[in-house]
Amino acid sequence: MEAGDDLVCCPVCDALHRVGEVDDDTRVRCIRCNTVIAVGRPEAILRIVVLASTALILMTIVVFYPFLELRNGIFTSKASVFQTVMSFSEGVMAPLSIAVAFFVIVLPVARLMALLWALFPLSIGAKPLRGARTMLRWAEILKPWAMAEIFMVGVAVALIKLADLATLSMGPAFWSFAAIVFITALKDTQMSKHSIWTALDTAQRT
Amino acid sequence: MDGTGHGAENLKALTALDAGLVGCRHCTRVAPLGATICTRCGGALESRDRTSMQRVWAWWLVGLLFFIPANLYPMLITQTVGRASEATIVGGVIELAQHGAYGVAGIVFFASIIIPVGKFIAIGYLALIVRKPHGHKPKSLLHLFEVVEWIGRWSMIDVFVVAILVALVQFNLLATINPGIAAVCFALSVVFTMLSALSFDSRRIWDQIETIADE
Repeated sequence: MEAGDDLVCCPVCDALHRVGEVDDDTRVRCIRCNTVIAVGRPEAILRIVVLASTALILMTIVVFYPFLELRNGIFTSKASVFQTVMSFSEGVMAPLSIAVAFFVIVLPVARLMALLWALFPLSIGAKPLRGARTMLRWAEILKPWAMAEIFMVGVAVALIKLADLATLSMGPAFWSFAAIVFITALKDTQMSKHSIWTALDTAQRT
Repeated sequence: MDGTGHGAENLKALTALDAGLVGCRHCTRVAPLGATICTRCGGALESRDRTSMQRVWAWWLVGLLFFIPANLYPMLITQTVGRASEATIVGGVIELAQHGAYGVAGIVFFASIIIPVGKFIAIGYLALIVRKPHGHKPKSLLHLFEVVEWIGRWSMIDVFVVAILVALVQFNLLATINPGIAAVCFALSVVFTMLSALSFDSRRIWDQIETIADE
């Protein structure tokens, strides 16, 4: 068998498939392990770009606006995501502070920017930017390390722990962050490695 | 290939290795066996990662080492009007349950105890099976790895909870919450077990599933 454009290997179990044109609104799954290999959505690239840019814009609100506010009688305490991230910044805990910053802000943002770098030119029919391939590869590598959605569940748990200690209210950043989590999940359902890489190949050739 | 195939029924398939090819795990393109760099995405190519098991066991062991202090030392140090109290991971779960928040207590217990422990067992089991497969039912292996890889990140919940509490509860004399050393150990343990799962070459599990199905 020769290596060709339509020959695709499953990234999970190495099974070979011959994938030609994929019909609209269908998913091609690996015959052996059921991993989604290709998604037939003609506007997938455009949707990913739109969703990724929305998430990126919301991210600026998240970093700069108050996230949660805590009131206990006359005492008030406000925390932004930035403060949350810096909460381990003293002594031996400092590395943890950096790690939390990476998981919650830096890596999600880096991943969105890498995706946009690789796919934005495609969505407007232009030639891909330099390094588009490397960026796309990194977007995929970073995926398990971007933990914004886990942070949201952490917020929910913290809210319940504090419920009888003080009154809590959510700031604008909280709702932006919730929106980002939802948008990112929606975006990831549009992505399939084979489809995106084929689109990038086609754009590079023309 | 019509999108209706279910993995559980088809345990055998022509793999890239069988066909004398090597597949790229980043972009799914295939190249002739022996190629080291993918021509499409520039990623490293290796038909079956030969050093993967060493890395899996190394990260697994370090992760396990950090998991022990993570459970023994306090996660949170709460100071309320001069009184200081410390809570470990399990202590925090018990406290939540006493407040009547059984659902949340369940989530935290699941994320900080069940998932990490289950993950250590699952990765260890898979790593042993890949070396010496006999007497195992292939179906039990099918999606164990994917579940382990996907669920591991969720253990971070407790670390984030600590970070949020520490940032919010700073009322000087009235009440202050500070992180304990266990928070660092636990975060490291989660990161190391994630690295362990990521070093695992899932294609080798599928090779073994095929071999077992043949027997």
